[in-house]
Amino acid sequence: MNLKELYQEIILDHGKNPRNLRQTENFNKDAKGHNPLCGDKVHIFLKLNENKKIEDISFEGSGCAISMASASIMTDLVREKEEKEAKNLIKDFLEMIKEKPELATKSLNEDEKTKLMSLSGVKQYPMRVKCATLAWHTLISAINNTQEEINSESID
Amino acid sequence: MSLDNIKKEFPIFNNKVHNNDLVYLDSANSSQKPQVVINRIYDFYSKEFSNVGRSVHYLAVAATNMYENTRNSVQKYINAKDVNEIVFTKGATEAINLVANTFSQKYLKEGDEILLTELEHHSNYVPWHYLRKNKGIKIEFADVNDDGEVTLESIEKKITPKTKMIGVTHLSNVTGAILPIKEITSLAHSKGIPVLVDGCQGAPHLKIDMQDLDCDFYAISCHKMYGPTGLGILYAKKKWLEELPPYQGGGGMIGEVKKEGITYGDLPNKYEAGTMATAQVIAFDESIKFLNKIGIANIIKHEKKIMDYGLEILKKNNSVRLIGNPKEKGAVLSFTIDGIHPHDIATILDEDGVAIRAGHHCCQILHDKLGVPATARASLGIYNTKEDFDKLNEAINKCKKIFNTK
Repeated sequence: MNLKELYQEIILDHGKNPRNLRQTENFNKDAKGHNPLCGDKVHIFLKLNENKKIEDISFEGSGCAISMASASIMTDLVREKEEKEAKNLIKDFLEMIKEKPELATKSLNEDEKTKLMSLSGVKQYPMRVKCATLAWHTLISAINNTQEEINSESID
Repeated sequence: MSLDNIKKEFPIFNNKVHNNDLVYLDSANSSQKPQVVINRIYDFYSKEFSNVGRSVHYLAVAATNMYENTRNSVQKYINAKDVNEIVFTKGATEAINLVANTFSQKYLKEGDEILLTELEHHSNYVPWHYLRKNKGIKIEFADVNDDGEVTLESIEKKITPKTKMIGVTHLSNVTGAILPIKEITSLAHSKGIPVLVDGCQGAPHLKIDMQDLDCDFYAISCHKMYGPTGLGILYAKKKWLEELPPYQGGGGMIGEVKKEGITYGDLPNKYEAGTMATAQVIAFDESIKFLNKIGIANIIKHEKKIMDYGLEILKKNNSVRLIGNPKEKGAVLSFTIDGIHPHDIATILDEDGVAIRAGHHCCQILHDKLGVPATARASLGIYNTKEDFDKLNEAINKCKKIFNTK
């Protein structure tokens, strides 16, 4: 257990001053996520262009530092990515948070990787993993346009 | 038994949490167990085990006597008029479901109203919600005020000619408010309405006298009373248990079973279908003995002293906001810290061995009203000391340091 790894500067910064905390104008996809155990809520808005590239992404919601930082960092990293690239990054992130030591992605530069890896501290706190993954599962739902609210208790 | 060294009676405190002494401030969730209760479960399974109420062999007779002995102890502890007013359930949740279900079968029709309060735990709302869905009954909520209390007046305001049951908590598991049950009961009875009390938080911390409170139903959670999990108690006035239909069907609850029809057993068997939580019931007798040895008056005095101290030091801590300020307050203290989410608080406190709960505490209606999605909650048991609150306060300061708030 290491609180310093969990609450790194970058997490505290994004938790306190979340980036992209707003609603995208003219969004064309969105999805909601909810953690019924702690009440964390997230609503993700996407604007994809005709080439399926994410032109803008934003979110609204409330929650703990981990969940807000995760949504903030995620929205920063997937902007300007193709839908397919974004899906690969989500898969990569979720695998890293659950079991793998590192990210496999080649679509991020070193700074971006460091930023994303700052969330890996939750691995030592199994009860908090869902805080970190809620926004990511909700993004999948938004991309796939399933219109289904993500409930953190019914995902792996 | 003195409260000074009471932690010694609870073996959990011999263990370290993240290399720290355990500061357990989550007793409203579930209390720790004294050694005598743990031993009783072990001894029963090792030396005395049998099912109860069925066979005539030596072990079965002895186990049945011990099982019924707990019923007698519970009757005395809560001053029920009749031992058959004590029904064992799998928990307080089942006790409330039992009342909602059977009362509805016999007495409720579409348009009837159930009056609850905004302080209720989900377990005293969801069972009634089923009836709203299936039977078209209406649920009304008495308002909570800014101090986190529900007053007699706010209940009176919501009573209508259609109110068929009033369901109230004895002690709020979020604000700690103690409700004026005796007055509520007297008001309700003057209008011919029965009262169900959710006593989950009341029973471990208050003197509970059924004949004095005069409520119709009182639900108890044994694991919050230094007893085993998987066990609850429904107190119900005898006339209700006689009039209401059985809840679950199965072995043990029948009179005579024929192909053409079935008669049900006498009280309390009518409500205890199937093999009950035998070891837990028998061990719960030790919990009652333990509480009696200390004495409820001493428990109330001790917990008030600790709570007053906790309130005093947390009020001095900048950026800590206490939730509710009820005049009559029990062993629960909920708070938020500006700029730090309760789940982050709970994780950081845990590193220092300080166990609290964070979230909505199964009271989403109340949290919506308070305008916060979650709170942090420190709740007391008889083993807590002033030092526990000092450690809580230190750990809160550590949170503030990590989050760089003042």
